Amino acid sequence: MKIAILKYNAGNIMSVQFALKRLGYNSEVTDNESIIRNSDRVIFPGVGEAATTMDYLRQRGLDKLLKELNQPVLGICLGLQLMCSHSEEGNTNCIGIFDVPVLKFLPSLNVPHMGWNTLENMKGILFEKLTPLPYVYFVHSYYAALSENTAASCKYINEFSASLQKDNFFATQFHPEKSGDTGHLILQNFIEKS
Amino acid sequence: MLAKRIIPCLDIRNGQTVKGVNFIDIKEVGDPVELGAKYAREGADELVYLDITASHEERKLFTMLVKRIAQHLNIPFTVGGGINELSDADSLLSAGADKISINSSAVLNPDFITDLATRFGSQFVVCAVDAKLESDGKWWVYINGGRKKMDKELFSWVKEAQERGAGEILFTSMNHDGTKNGFANDPLAKIADIISIPVIASGGAGKKDHFVDVFTKGKADAALAASIFHFNEIPIPELKSYLRENKITIR
Repeated sequence: MKIAILKYNAGNIMSVQFALKRLGYNSEVTDNESIIRNSDRVIFPGVGEAATTMDYLRQRGLDKLLKELNQPVLGICLGLQLMCSHSEEGNTNCIGIFDVPVLKFLPSLNVPHMGWNTLENMKGILFEKLTPLPYVYFVHSYYAALSENTAASCKYINEFSASLQKDNFFATQFHPEKSGDTGHLILQNFIEKS
Repeated sequence: MLAKRIIPCLDIRNGQTVKGVNFIDIKEVGDPVELGAKYAREGADELVYLDITASHEERKLFTMLVKRIAQHLNIPFTVGGGINELSDADSLLSAGADKISINSSAVLNPDFITDLATRFGSQFVVCAVDAKLESDGKWWVYINGGRKKMDKELFSWVKEAQERGAGEILFTSMNHDGTKNGFANDPLAKIADIISIPVIASGGAGKKDHFVDVFTKGKADAALAASIFHFNEIPIPELKSYLRENKITIR
């Protein structure tokens, strides 16, 4: 099993690699096109700002590469947002795998939405064998709206897409690598069942 | 619903976990990685590791420790202590830290908060504030582990920290720290009212009821404690079921 973690100017990519290691899988952090194309799984992690990250990805052709991949791809946090159509953060067009806009939370509660919250309406292989309403860890100020690609939802200020899925593309707004045993199982489902 | 967080805090010196009492005496309580993993298994929602050593060599040890923590831990963790420059933050991020906590360096140079937030994002920056209620009826900010009083008042400082880009405030009441008589709920509630980022309460945990109070009266988003967890006075699973019985949203 070859797993590539997309390398770009994002924070804390190591934690995804460490989480895979805890599952028993080695992975490579890389921005090399042929390594990425030849991997069995690709993970697109992310902490950062949308517009500057999109610029970075475009300059290196990584946006096109991601969209063309046929193997299972998992976007995490900013990764999910950048796989959507457009983000209000820096008013940027994104990769457009999911035809969903990314919007800013209206600050009627604390923003960022930070901490452990429950997943609802879970569907698809990422969430197999999970108990109902599992807690996972979120840190974000922008959210993907609900859509036909929503694979799990969460309520904070308003209901939003906690996970999206379309064909071989999976994404989570929360951080499975930081979500304890629940996150461990979600990553395992992605690696072993997708 | 978003859950209230329980955060054990581990003070680190020479690679070992220690807990100071009222910022002075030091007792060793065990291996930081093992202890952190145990807390994570028991249901801790996050961990805070504070490096209380100063020397350059010991800082390298701490960064190596942070990498080991990141490898073993499957919940978020914050590291703090002696972070004065962007390069300090950068090496801790590279080692796998999810957040950093800054205290004295932010008070002495408020631009540091702005710089960190711009470079790494607000979610990475926890602004820790130690303050003391004095006879003039005001809460004054202290630095250097509670040794030096500053000409800064608590409430205006936390507001400024938020405006500069801090993602969370970790407030320690020096009047309450080490007493086990409960958290400083009045100033905590006031902080929660004037800012819109999460507040972590620290100092004073002694009984399970104190946590109920800090989440209701104190309006805190998270509660941090050390000795009651290190010495197993209140096991985390027991605390969490007690909070659930008292209608607090807990993971």
